[in-house]
Amino acid sequence: MTTLGVWIAALLTLFILSFLYKDNPFYKFAEHLFVGVSAGYGVAFTYHNILIPNLYVPLFKQGDYTLIIPLILGIMMVLRLFPKVGWVSRWPLAFVVGVTAGISLITYLQSNALVQIRETLRPFNTFGNVVIAVGVLTGLTYFFFSKEHKGVFGKTAKVGIWFLMITFGASFGYTVMARISLLIGRMHFLLSDWLGLIK
Amino acid sequence: MSVIEKLRNIDRRFIFVAIALTVIVPLLRPIGFPIAVSPSVQRLYDAIEQLPPGSKVLMSFDYDPSTMPEVYPMNLAIAQHCFSRNLKVVGIALWPMGVSLGQQALETAAEECGKLYGTDYVNLGYKTGGMVVILAMGRDLRETFPEDFRGTPIEQLPIMEGVRNLNSFKLVVDFSAGDPGVAAWVMIAQARYHKKVGAGCTAVSAPAFYPYLNTGQLVGLLGGMKGAAEYEKLLQSQGPATAGMDAQSIAHAVIIFFILFGNLVMLITKRKTERRSL
Amino acid sequence: MRRQVPLVITFVAGIIMIIQYFIPHEPFAGLQQRFNVWFLIISAFALILGIGNLIKIHGERISRQSAGWGYSVVLLVGLVTMSVVGIGWGIEPGTPFFYLFWNIQIPLSSTMFALLAFFIASASYRAFRARSFEATLLLAAAILVMLGRVPLGNFLWHRLPAVATWIMNYPNTAGQRAIMIGIALGVISSSLRIILGIERGLGGGQQ
Repeated sequence: MTTLGVWIAALLTLFILSFLYKDNPFYKFAEHLFVGVSAGYGVAFTYHNILIPNLYVPLFKQGDYTLIIPLILGIMMVLRLFPKVGWVSRWPLAFVVGVTAGISLITYLQSNALVQIRETLRPFNTFGNVVIAVGVLTGLTYFFFSKEHKGVFGKTAKVGIWFLMITFGASFGYTVMARISLLIGRMHFLLSDWLGLIK
Repeated sequence: MSVIEKLRNIDRRFIFVAIALTVIVPLLRPIGFPIAVSPSVQRLYDAIEQLPPGSKVLMSFDYDPSTMPEVYPMNLAIAQHCFSRNLKVVGIALWPMGVSLGQQALETAAEECGKLYGTDYVNLGYKTGGMVVILAMGRDLRETFPEDFRGTPIEQLPIMEGVRNLNSFKLVVDFSAGDPGVAAWVMIAQARYHKKVGAGCTAVSAPAFYPYLNTGQLVGLLGGMKGAAEYEKLLQSQGPATAGMDAQSIAHAVIIFFILFGNLVMLITKRKTERRSL
Repeated sequence: MRRQVPLVITFVAGIIMIIQYFIPHEPFAGLQQRFNVWFLIISAFALILGIGNLIKIHGERISRQSAGWGYSVVLLVGLVTMSVVGIGWGIEPGTPFFYLFWNIQIPLSSTMFALLAFFIASASYRAFRARSFEATLLLAAAILVMLGRVPLGNFLWHRLPAVATWIMNYPNTAGQRAIMIGIALGVISSSLRIILGIERGLGGGQQ
């Protein structure tokens, strides 16, 4: 079974890699299979890890009847599939959006705004602290579009762009690293598990 | 067509073959470049080293097979480190496929260290909702995760004895490939419940988390396969990430060559055009 | 009714989540926990909605026998097989579900993303040009990080990893923090607009 599994995995890997030559039926087959099994995986885990332990058992076996509310809201969500009654899905959606907005407002304010601002305003006792303070202030100046980028303001924004360019360069370097790692993973599988060329 | 024009319009499939070879050859013939450990990796290693034996570590498997070569090796390495230090590991997942990958990593590490499911480690499975799940765990973990991923009630799992909420864990380690992931754990577990949070994430997302490292909101960070290789070096083990580092090095060198060569071709073309216009 | 009720639901849910942060006591704390669990369950139904939509679209393609309908059959067979095997025989390692996950899902998913390595290499050759001072800055940072972050960089010059670390810890952190604060301010204002009912585009269109 293991050998068969390795062969299936190797063939599917080659099907996807065949796209590099050009789009072809093998790639399309693998692509659709990928979407199908991914969705099926989601179904199985939603059933075993959420619907049974968090809804069915507490509602029908332990008698927590408050869970009727999310059950009804959930069914209303699925009704979006039927255009005539699809409007009812706005209720559960409104709940999801409301909860997300409420949590986001506080958490983003606390950890991504206030803490970041506080830590930017450290004493200028190291060169690094100065670099960070200048970079953040000039970067934020660049993002301020309500005033035309001219004069001192424009020059400050220009320094901000330089910092952002270094940031994007670093991100590009890391992106290359990530993509190469994924290819290494696949090649390692083909050379090791399938062909047995690496021990 | 001149040589320069030919080079400018080279069929991209030649580039594809070049990249494939730069990955394949070093995998078959390793060189063994020395690996330097970066401070962010060392910090996470030290945070785990400082935990007293028996402490509980919460691991969140927020990745899937698309980023497995990057995140799985760090998941495996940190699980091995935790078990070797006799720490107890409780796993959860905010990404459905993270459950299976995390379980595989935990089982592999547990087998090496002789650890038992239910006593030394457990996998509580997947919940959808991202940040909301973490928020719910902060108050009552049992209501959010009444069973493990196999359907065993958590009352029957010895490792879960006394675990009520996030306060029962000395450290949270998130293995992340995107959202929900590191940001959600920092914003809820660290900012609201004051837990120590460490992370291992894909290289693509790592630069965005450096502000969290700078503020101390993250105790440490492993970025991509290189981060995992550095951790393997600290553990003195030859894991899957270390095996890929030579290929990673050569591929980076080749891509840098492509960038420089592409710019050289651009410069020569520009000069020729300028000369013609004169 | 169709428009007002969702606005009221959003307002109540949002406000309770905010209040409980400042007053983490009953009834708000309990209510928040209720809402958390409800959110989790409703999100699961959102996934079912997505699957339903997928079945609907590909079912229609098959019934109309439109171009490429055979691939839709492949997709639905994959979906049904994985779901039935997972629900029927369990999901842990050692089950048929895990076998399919390990030998079909993993190679497909990881190879799909591994393709990006080829395209990023091609783009590096064709598009990554130092046409201005800003672009040169980006290019220089990228090259230093790319070299400094791999063992080859350490081999070429032992200080190169430290240079890459410095770029990541200072200029990169500054730029990322500016972006982070900008996004945070955007999220805060959008959240307020949603909770107060000023932003109405998220209610599910004009149905």
